[in-house]
Amino acid sequence: MIFSLDLLFEAVVFGVLLGCFYAAVSIGLSVAFGLLDVPHVAHPALMVFGAYCTWQLSTLGLDPILAGLALMPPFFLLGMAIYRFYYETFEKRGSDAGVRGIAFFFGVALIVEVGLVLVFGVDQRTVEASYIGSSVTFGEMRIPQRFLVACGVALALMATLTLYLAKTFTGRAIKAVAQDEPALRLMGADPVRIKQWAFGIATAVAALAGALLIIIGPVEPTLDRVYIGRTFSVVVLAGLGSMTGTIAAGLILGISESIVLMLFGASWAPAVSFGLLLLVLGVRPQGLFGR
Amino acid sequence: MKFWIPACLLLAAAAAAALLVKNEYFFFAGYTVLMFVVLATAWNILGGYAGYVNFGTPAFFGLGAYTAAVLFKAFALPLVLQILAAAVMSGLLGLVAGMLTLRLRGIFFAIATIALVVIMETLFINWRYAGGATGLQLLRPPPTAPFESYIKMLFVLMGAMAVGAVALARWVERSWIGRGLHAIRDSEEAAECSGVPTLRLKVFACVLSGALMGAAGAPMPMYLSFIEPASTFNLNYAIGALASPMIGGTTHYLGPVIGALLLSSLQQLVTVTVSSEMNVLIVGVLLVVFVVLAPEGIVGLWRKWTRRSST
Repeated sequence: MIFSLDLLFEAVVFGVLLGCFYAAVSIGLSVAFGLLDVPHVAHPALMVFGAYCTWQLSTLGLDPILAGLALMPPFFLLGMAIYRFYYETFEKRGSDAGVRGIAFFFGVALIVEVGLVLVFGVDQRTVEASYIGSSVTFGEMRIPQRFLVACGVALALMATLTLYLAKTFTGRAIKAVAQDEPALRLMGADPVRIKQWAFGIATAVAALAGALLIIIGPVEPTLDRVYIGRTFSVVVLAGLGSMTGTIAAGLILGISESIVLMLFGASWAPAVSFGLLLLVLGVRPQGLFGR
Repeated sequence: MKFWIPACLLLAAAAAAALLVKNEYFFFAGYTVLMFVVLATAWNILGGYAGYVNFGTPAFFGLGAYTAAVLFKAFALPLVLQILAAAVMSGLLGLVAGMLTLRLRGIFFAIATIALVVIMETLFINWRYAGGATGLQLLRPPPTAPFESYIKMLFVLMGAMAVGAVALARWVERSWIGRGLHAIRDSEEAAECSGVPTLRLKVFACVLSGALMGAAGAPMPMYLSFIEPASTFNLNYAIGALASPMIGGTTHYLGPVIGALLLSSLQQLVTVTVSSEMNVLIVGVLLVVFVVLAPEGIVGLWRKWTRRSST
């Protein structure tokens, strides 16, 4: 194999684009798991569900990104409902919530998966839009436009969420609930309501991430299984709940996957990101930007 | 004695059935059910007793299956030795994974085990000698004396392994190890403060659980006469191993057995009569229903019922 700087540069550029996408699909989980401590294994399944809803809306002629935005309010409500249920059945009762909580979300993920298979079938689905299929040329490099669009939406999404958490009253309340829940309760605030709101936001973000998912490539009902590992890797690598960390971790994952893809071929790519995760867990469990 | 007499009777009945019953399909399906009994029992040692969720069943199971397949291809090792070697390899995997991640909170261990599955699958996809992505065809040797077919022999063998696994789980549950693991599940800090060697116990449970999963995977290449990464490292093994104890009950060694017998038999039935999608749906729905409504599983329901009727 001839190793050249041009190829490396190309791999890094692709890695950055891919990394932004990974960060975008993980940011919802970063709120749900990183800030709220909910072992939300079903998050990627909801994302794939969002992708299918996007597909359904796009058959009516709606642009996939607009469809993703339109899906955010109903997903917000869905997320609030899921958290309420989770709280009433597990968190409220206290002990042993860990194992059963994970098992519960795992079951939900399976139900969503099979529900999608029963409604839409096992075939792969794709969407049509002007920016899908065309590409932009920079000198020698051709970059598929859909990656640029997804990357742009991802950055906008992350900027909005970071600002929201840092500047608004509710956003700060969400961060407070993550830092010290009893203290918040002593201040007279209701942590459950805040967490419910935050979980709604996380799920709404999953809808838009689902739209990005189907823009980047074809979607099938069992796609969530791959993304369970990827999204949790990013969130853990980032340090729980860190928004800047999520972007950095997404980039690290994207770039390392893309470089390994170039050097050793596609069959080795997934092992590296997960190897990275194991390494971080073993050496620095609080993540790169841990609290 | 209360355990060994029924267990040996059941095993003898299985062996007698293997010698007398003609229908091969019964044993083909029964093997899978028994395999899930072993997997669920193994999962419960760490997941049920200590409260550490393991999504990595396919990694341990698959490593066991591949160890057996590679040893068979290289040295034509007899099946029993293949199983032992598989248990050792998967136990070692459990040791490494446990040392790395069991110091952390349970959810991190769960995530790490997902990663483990992908890493193992990738390794075997890229290992040419073991067949790579296309898989490896294996020629079964003739079955040993009293059995007329290989499947029936594997069925009885898996039955013996199931009895062995349950006996091990029962021993762990009733010894100081089980009490230590129970303390860890209830409150890890309190256990640590009372002098329970938490990390060592967790790693021990992880090694034992991994070794049993590896042993359960070892006869798989012979069962199918074929091995291939995608189906060997399939998440469905993780689903079965996790759902069965949750449905049966995690606190008693019979819980995973009851759960696995019910769930896998139901799955076998539904796969044949309805469709394979439906069987995943059934697992999902049962898992959620039991976790929400009957957190102690069938064993818990049974206890509640007997207590109510006795008072």
